[in-house]
Amino acid sequence: MSSSAITIPGVQIEDKPWVDTLHEWVTTVDHKRLGVLYILYALLFLVVAGVEALIIRIQLMFPHNHFVSPQVFNRLFTMHGTTMVFFMGMPILFGFANYLVPLMIGARDMAFPRLNAFSFWLSALGGFLLYFSLVGANGLYGAGNAPDVGWWAYAPLTARAFSPGHSTDYWTLALLVSGLGSIGTAINIIATILCMRCPGMKLSRMPLLAWLNLVMSGMVLISVSPLTAAQIMLLIDRYLGGHFFDTQAGGSAILWMHFFWIFGHPEVYILIIPCFAFMSEIIPVFSRKPIFGYPVMVAATVCIGFVSMSVWAHHMFSVGMNSYANSFFTITTMAVGVPTGIKIFNWLGTMWGGRIQFKVPMLFSIGFLFQFLIAGLTGVMLGSAAFASQLTLSYFVVAHFHYTLVGGVVFGVFAAIYYWYPKITGRMLNEILGKWHFWLFVIGFHLTFDLMHVPGLLGMPRRIYTYEPGRGWGTLNLLISVGAFIQAIAILVFVANLIISYFKGAKAGNDPWDAWTLEWSVSSPPPVYNFASVPVVASRRPLWDLKHPEDPDSRYE
Amino acid sequence: MQRKQNSIKLKTLFVLALLFLFMATAAAAALADPSTGLTNIFAPASTPAKMVTHLSVFVLAITGIIFVVVFTLLVYSIIKFRARAVDADREPAQVYGSTQIELAWTIIPILIVIVLFLATARAIHAVQDAPEPAGAIEVTAIGHQYWWEFRYPKLGVVAANELHIPVSDPAKPTPTFLTLLSADTDHSFWIPELAGKTDLIPNHPNRMWMDPLRTGIFLGQCAQYCGVQHAKMLLRVSVDSPADFAAWVRGQHQPAVQDPSVATGRRVFESNACMNCHAVAGTNANGRFGPDLTHLMSRVTIASGAATNTPENLRLWIQDPDAIKPGSLMPAMKLSDSDLDAVVGYMETLR
Amino acid sequence: MNAMTTPFRGTWSLPYRGKVAMAGLIIAESAIFTIFVVAYLFYVGKSLSGPTPREVLEVPVFYTICLLSSSLTIHFAVKSLERGKQSTFLSLWIVTIILGGLFLFGTGREWHRLIYEHGLTISTNLFGTTYYSMVGLHAFHVTAGLVMLCIVAAFGLANRVGADQSRRIDVLAMYWHFVDGVWVVVFTVVYILGR
Repeated sequence: MSSSAITIPGVQIEDKPWVDTLHEWVTTVDHKRLGVLYILYALLFLVVAGVEALIIRIQLMFPHNHFVSPQVFNRLFTMHGTTMVFFMGMPILFGFANYLVPLMIGARDMAFPRLNAFSFWLSALGGFLLYFSLVGANGLYGAGNAPDVGWWAYAPLTARAFSPGHSTDYWTLALLVSGLGSIGTAINIIATILCMRCPGMKLSRMPLLAWLNLVMSGMVLISVSPLTAAQIMLLIDRYLGGHFFDTQAGGSAILWMHFFWIFGHPEVYILIIPCFAFMSEIIPVFSRKPIFGYPVMVAATVCIGFVSMSVWAHHMFSVGMNSYANSFFTITTMAVGVPTGIKIFNWLGTMWGGRIQFKVPMLFSIGFLFQFLIAGLTGVMLGSAAFASQLTLSYFVVAHFHYTLVGGVVFGVFAAIYYWYPKITGRMLNEILGKWHFWLFVIGFHLTFDLMHVPGLLGMPRRIYTYEPGRGWGTLNLLISVGAFIQAIAILVFVANLIISYFKGAKAGNDPWDAWTLEWSVSSPPPVYNFASVPVVASRRPLWDLKHPEDPDSRYE
Repeated sequence: MQRKQNSIKLKTLFVLALLFLFMATAAAAALADPSTGLTNIFAPASTPAKMVTHLSVFVLAITGIIFVVVFTLLVYSIIKFRARAVDADREPAQVYGSTQIELAWTIIPILIVIVLFLATARAIHAVQDAPEPAGAIEVTAIGHQYWWEFRYPKLGVVAANELHIPVSDPAKPTPTFLTLLSADTDHSFWIPELAGKTDLIPNHPNRMWMDPLRTGIFLGQCAQYCGVQHAKMLLRVSVDSPADFAAWVRGQHQPAVQDPSVATGRRVFESNACMNCHAVAGTNANGRFGPDLTHLMSRVTIASGAATNTPENLRLWIQDPDAIKPGSLMPAMKLSDSDLDAVVGYMETLR
Repeated sequence: MNAMTTPFRGTWSLPYRGKVAMAGLIIAESAIFTIFVVAYLFYVGKSLSGPTPREVLEVPVFYTICLLSSSLTIHFAVKSLERGKQSTFLSLWIVTIILGGLFLFGTGREWHRLIYEHGLTISTNLFGTTYYSMVGLHAFHVTAGLVMLCIVAAFGLANRVGADQSRRIDVLAMYWHFVDGVWVVVFTVVYILGR
């Protein structure tokens, strides 16, 4: 991870004391280092939240199991959801955006390096606050400990009366703080993309990763703020005697739901759009063809950005909205599936007629395509309000969103790690370990999340610490839990690969994948200043033009 | 080398195919087994549930076709367009896109969306805007942490946790229309075979209906996380023939049994904190926080389905509720053994 | 010399990142305020008890004029700075601060009256909760803006602010205009629509 240095023979260079290295990392404003910090932070929480999930799955292996108490179980699913969304998903995607966007647009750093560092440390503080609740939240009646209100923290369960102590407040503060960090990073990404592109890189020549992070950042600005507002209101209710969600004073529990989901739904698109970006960079390289339909991909993403702001109440199909509202949210939810489907078709079109190389990044990408297709279709089922009246709040939804978040986001992130790890560290990840990781994870994922749809269809609601025998849920839950452990083994293989390859991996060189975007034109890892001289580009694939001067893209654009 | 790679690929495909076959069988077996609980959304026994099932079959068919088409294309492209050793130094044709294809796969999905929306809108209106016929039974369900209160305003019945409703004859319908309220946090009323779920939200009354088309027992439970014991806020609906329903109503109308042999137990009940939370019609006990106990013995379960209604379970429940439902809001009464036996004896008379 | 090092023909100019960043911040803040406005409008007329807006609110015409004219003064302050007229800039800047400070004073006076004469607090009823939160959030943003304006005034008085800094000062002025814009919305919602 150090900047590439020129070795002068015969000169002894002392090893830097580790304290100095630590100080450099803690005070860094370099987008590449901050990107790595975000990613490592997220991987740590991936493991933590994964362990939470394993404990949940052990408890649910048999009906009337007693592995953990209901109180502990309720904290586990709250922490698992909150951690995975806010302290795994968001940081890892911001980390990749931070690392890649300046490199891909030919810039030397982000627009505001110090804001960048500040935003990272704010997000880090948020994660710390959430887990500090385990020790620090002892409040009234000694009722403290980790939050147990679910990751949506519905009112009035979060009112002082029903959640005494401070556990809910740790949830609120952790997300408030990290939300501010997210807004800071989003502002930074937008300013970088709009103001720091290298000469010749018109918006229509930007890599799709830059475009999609631009859309994602715009969505962060508009949709994280409603959550911030709602959390301020919750704090006012809990500490200043306010009545925003106080049903005894005429307040509305449903208002919290609207505010939360106005954030919550765009949030899941915020999580998936950067993964769409990874797919749009990786699939072309391993199919040896440019992305099929670049302008349509941009338009579809912008469309998704807008339409996804209008679908939120499909999370509320059971709360008793009138039939017109339910119909409205049905059509908007189904409508957002159209641009999403278009993207899947365009990736297919990229692979079509190509020469597909099944390296590990491509394996994860193919898994993504297959799984996101299924997730989108179960999403259509859930978007149909009448059908959803049976499916919502059941394990069918849990299966659906894990399909999008694990089958989509996690697979996309794995693809990105295998693809860009060589650029970040200068070494290749081991292909054999990578394939073991992939196949174990695919088998475990499908065993768990394919089967998980069925208990939902058989009437199993979510967020229950145990269930009755005789409803047909027992065997399925046992198999689901087995799948979770297979996934855990896959993650162990992955972590081993990350560590071993850092020390023993094959040297990567500038461009191990024979790719076409600007980050592959510099050394691996890149020098701290990124580019010796600011590049000038004439097409969407500047390195293709360099490698194929007889047939450059610039001739066709 | 190529042959070895091909055989590895074939082996992996074979293993994957086996895995899917295994899972599909497990899933199908679970869904098809009639003894698989009484909570299968594909076994509807009431009109709103049937409307949803019909819609769901339609949606599943369309999404199934989409899946098969796209999946086939994906598998085909992986196999047909994989790189072969002979391709090592050639790049394929660099195609940037095609406007016709983009139009095609935009317009067709839009048409599919419109069709699915229209089918859904029809079902939404049919379920939510159904008029209430004259013979409807009115029930007010009030959600509590962690039990269900049922009041029949027109029939003057107050019950808890186990709902009795009459079967509905399509020729002369007697559906049950529920008004859903909550005394504390959000809950959700879900009996999968009778209707889609509807939430109980404080300060936001909701309405739902169901017209069970056969008699029997239907199970369900709270579907909206409401606190510690959300998991054991179970529902039990007994759909009775008109005669049985009338008999049940008559039984609920009887005043509390006044059996002199359990006078001690009744005294224990009324002198401890029991009557602060519980009501027994015709006595001094008229607490509203916990379930009405006037006809406790008419129920098959106690603690909202967490245990069967036996004297042993009742004794354990009163002595230490956390042993059955940890975190429930019923406090451990800490009675002496003799008081405990007496009060259980009293409860046993409340038929 | 290759495709990537050939000098670019023509001018390559991109927007100023300070303005883009401030626009982003304004979008995010607008979203926060929108939620408070939605809550306010949703709860109009729904309080179960306590004083109603009609009974206790007095339209703060003078203080609104103060705040809105501070947008004019800050606009002309920035224009003067761009032309290098430092003393005009500084005077207009300080007048902006005074006008903003007057607005905050007015808000404080109104709150004092509401609390002590009418017994309306944030916990009294839905009107109290939504009113104090929304107006308070706005006042908080005015305060933050005033702090920034004072810092610039201090640098200005030390003769450190010249035409070269006018771009950054303009970014701060954007924020101030936003704060005034929010007041237009809050004023309309509270004193016109909500009564």
